[in-house]
Amino acid sequence: MKRTMIGRPAAMTGIAIASVALLAGCGTTSAPSGGGEVAEEVGELEGSVSILAWPGYVEDGSNDPEVDWVSAFEEDTGCEVTSQTYGTSDEALSLMKSGGYDVIAASGDATLRLIAGGDVAPLNTDLIPNYDGIYDFLKEQSWNSADGEVYGVPHGYGANLLMYNTEVFPEAPTSWSVVFDDAAANAGKITAYDSPIYIADAAMYLMAHEPDLGIENPYALDEDQLAAAVELLKGQRANVGEYWSDYLKSIQSFETGNIVAGTTWQVIKNSIPEGTPVDVTLPEEGVTGWSDNWMVGSDAASPNCAYAWLDYIASPEANAQATEYFGEAPSNDAACEFRSEGQCELYHAGDEEYASQIWYWSTPIAECLDGRTDVECTDYAAWTTAWQEIKG
Amino acid sequence: MTSDAAAPPHQRAGVPVPRETPARRLSVLLSRAPRVRLGLLLTAPLFWLGLVYIAALAALLVTAFWTVDSFTGTVSIEWNLDNIVTVLTGAVYQAVTLRTVGVAILVTIIDIVIALPIAFYMAKVASPRMQRVLVILVLMPLWASYLVKAYAWRSVLSEGGLIDWMVTPFGGNTPGYGLHATVITLAYLWLPYVIMPIYAGLERVPDSLLEASGDLGAKTWRTLRSVVLPLLWPAIIAGSIFSFSLSLGDYITVNIVGGASQMLGNLVYTNVGAANNLPLAAAIALIPIAIMIVYLGLVRRTGALENL
Amino acid sequence: MRLSRPARITLGALTIAVLIVVYVPLFVVLVNSFSTSQSLVWPPPGFTLEWWGTAFQNRGALSALWTSVQVASLATVISLVLGTLVAIALQRHSFFGRQSVSLLVILPIALPGIVTGIALNNAFRTILGLQLGFFTIVVAHATFCIVTVFNNVQARLRRTGTNLEEASADLGAGLWTTFRLVTFPQLRSALFAGGLLAFALSFDEIIVTTFTAGVGTTTLPIWIFQNLFRPNQAPVVNVIAVVLVVVSLVPIYIAQRIAGAERVPK
Repeated sequence: MKRTMIGRPAAMTGIAIASVALLAGCGTTSAPSGGGEVAEEVGELEGSVSILAWPGYVEDGSNDPEVDWVSAFEEDTGCEVTSQTYGTSDEALSLMKSGGYDVIAASGDATLRLIAGGDVAPLNTDLIPNYDGIYDFLKEQSWNSADGEVYGVPHGYGANLLMYNTEVFPEAPTSWSVVFDDAAANAGKITAYDSPIYIADAAMYLMAHEPDLGIENPYALDEDQLAAAVELLKGQRANVGEYWSDYLKSIQSFETGNIVAGTTWQVIKNSIPEGTPVDVTLPEEGVTGWSDNWMVGSDAASPNCAYAWLDYIASPEANAQATEYFGEAPSNDAACEFRSEGQCELYHAGDEEYASQIWYWSTPIAECLDGRTDVECTDYAAWTTAWQEIKG
Repeated sequence: MTSDAAAPPHQRAGVPVPRETPARRLSVLLSRAPRVRLGLLLTAPLFWLGLVYIAALAALLVTAFWTVDSFTGTVSIEWNLDNIVTVLTGAVYQAVTLRTVGVAILVTIIDIVIALPIAFYMAKVASPRMQRVLVILVLMPLWASYLVKAYAWRSVLSEGGLIDWMVTPFGGNTPGYGLHATVITLAYLWLPYVIMPIYAGLERVPDSLLEASGDLGAKTWRTLRSVVLPLLWPAIIAGSIFSFSLSLGDYITVNIVGGASQMLGNLVYTNVGAANNLPLAAAIALIPIAIMIVYLGLVRRTGALENL
Repeated sequence: MRLSRPARITLGALTIAVLIVVYVPLFVVLVNSFSTSQSLVWPPPGFTLEWWGTAFQNRGALSALWTSVQVASLATVISLVLGTLVAIALQRHSFFGRQSVSLLVILPIALPGIVTGIALNNAFRTILGLQLGFFTIVVAHATFCIVTVFNNVQARLRRTGTNLEEASADLGAGLWTTFRLVTFPQLRSALFAGGLLAFALSFDEIIVTTFTAGVGTTTLPIWIFQNLFRPNQAPVVNVIAVVLVVVSLVPIYIAQRIAGAERVPK
């Protein structure tokens, strides 16, 4: 699953975008930062479209005949789909730069760099009828628009929840303290997500419990704030049974009881058989999470089929299938009618208040994302080094 | 091949004189010029290994002295020793190196200890038929994917897993995940690679030699120690190269059964995969390279390199 | 060697014990391929044939299997040619730097996979400007497979000596004829054994492959890796592993027959 690799999408602030756009424009600040022109209309379909996406986003039945939302699109439009998956946002970026892709499903950290680099074109949402059905709180956010132009059609979003063993915790924990300050009570049975981006979870916890540190955004940490988060995580390390990055590992360790508390995804909870004493909760400090977007390449060879795909994948049926398979909330309000019974409630689809508690994954950069200009923030490279030290 | 091979052989019934074709002349020429022959033999392999491998390694080593731009992720050629210094002085790198080498040594020792009796039984005790069956049995697990086997061990070692299942009645507990689980799983994965060279080495020890030793009054143990072991030493070292080097670079098994531990491979992987910092990854990669070069240098004289 | 009866029995018992330990995890894999649990928990909660049914319809798995067979075959062929050439050069000639050449052949397998992987990845992409894919995997695999062929052929050449080749030359056979009619038949089983090992090595390699495969090409180990990250695919992966183990009996058996038929009396 895609989230195995690194930090993904991201809620970046306006200042970050402006600076990125500036960099890309090489001084020509007035020019639109994205590449390509806004399409006026969808013309004749070209008969093929190439898509770059996270694994599990473009399934044509080759992995499981039951999981197929590409064939219907091909039949409807005559656009033959060729797709490629990538493992990290960096990989996506270099592939997109090598050219040849009409459409990309990108995460927040990649989207900004794609827009800045002129690799993706601004969208004419009038040509995407299904765009209307998408939740407003996902539209035109800092990570999928720039200079008033829309660059991405939201696909799905999700939260990194707290999973706990109901035998150990008869009452749902209300705070992440069960994996931080009170972790010693279950030493050796705590888990954490194995990626530098997990430092943001600790920062988010400190935001609530150590207000003196002045953390405003868990992805914008100066040296001192990072040091505090690292300190917290080193304390946690002593009680961690194992770090997880793959799906199967997380399911297994909660199912067998090797692990009793730690971060998880809703889809993992769903995969654990009924009767296993585990549940998930959204603690009071909030959660980290992700939100992905579909974008069109600025030099797409098949822009018309690309628009057709964007509209199709935003349609309630396709959006429902794709996001349910992947295990995240859909972006289309009407998708819930096409998801299995209870599948939307599980992911709190469309619940604006729930969504507002999510700090969407974002790649930390030296320019503080929270708008501070008096200090330099720690970047992802620094987080990686810190993460390795934490693990020891 | 002697140089007069080119002289026409005596006319004999049934052996026609070879015709003087261009190919024939080339063959004659080549057999007179062993240097040219050697050159022709070595050109392709050396070209391949030199161009593909040595050039790639050299390029990687050079990268260790460069830096990476953290925003664009591109490597910029600014010569400096920062990465090397970081790796040499960072406490985390020292700790992880020691841990990794420890795991690799343990895995190697376990594998050799297990492989010796089995290889001996296969080569010197089992009937030829049985020998064939045993070789098949040892080699077959190699084909069940590495990942599948590692996950199988994860399942075996889990709470309520097979081991727990078997030892709980006796008041025991599964050892769970961690470094010990990593050692067990790696030793399991590389065992066939250690058994096979030792088995092949034992096959080359003539039975007559063992009998001679017995006839001269040596007890079994003495024969093993004074006759078999010295002859077998290169084969043992050859097997150890496999288990040691494969363990040294592993990052997948430790992720699956290693609990919260990390090894050198993980550090390299994170830096190159997630952080996109090839120069630092290259600097870390120098550690296993240096260890292996030293190891190969030490064992070169034993002749082990010809027994892999 | 005249081993005492207890010694023989002890050795036999040890062998059996180790083989049991070796096969227990494989047994777990087999059992789990029929388990109703999708996350491979022990003990299996129920019995199902569902995974065996879906595995054979899994186009992704089948195409990855086919890719792996192609990669391994090509890498094996290349390493057979290169490995034999080096082995003959080193065994039939003595020259300055002989030791270095043999070290060079061994290096790709002796250095950890992750080092080889990132070195080749870097060289292919940034130095040669190649798009990673099928071709780059073959090149990478062939590089570390040469050593298995090399060692088998070298050991055989050492054992057979040069008498027959000299006789052939004395009788007027050209170099090629000597190789074709004298050397090659002597090498046949060594080539088969070396080739089989090379094939196996390439077939199950994941670390170097991860770094040289790029995104479009999926070998079987990569497919397995990806599918352990997809919902509900873990049992299917087990089915495939079981099938592979069973199918592998054929080439190993053939190799054994060839080696057995040629066995020289000790």
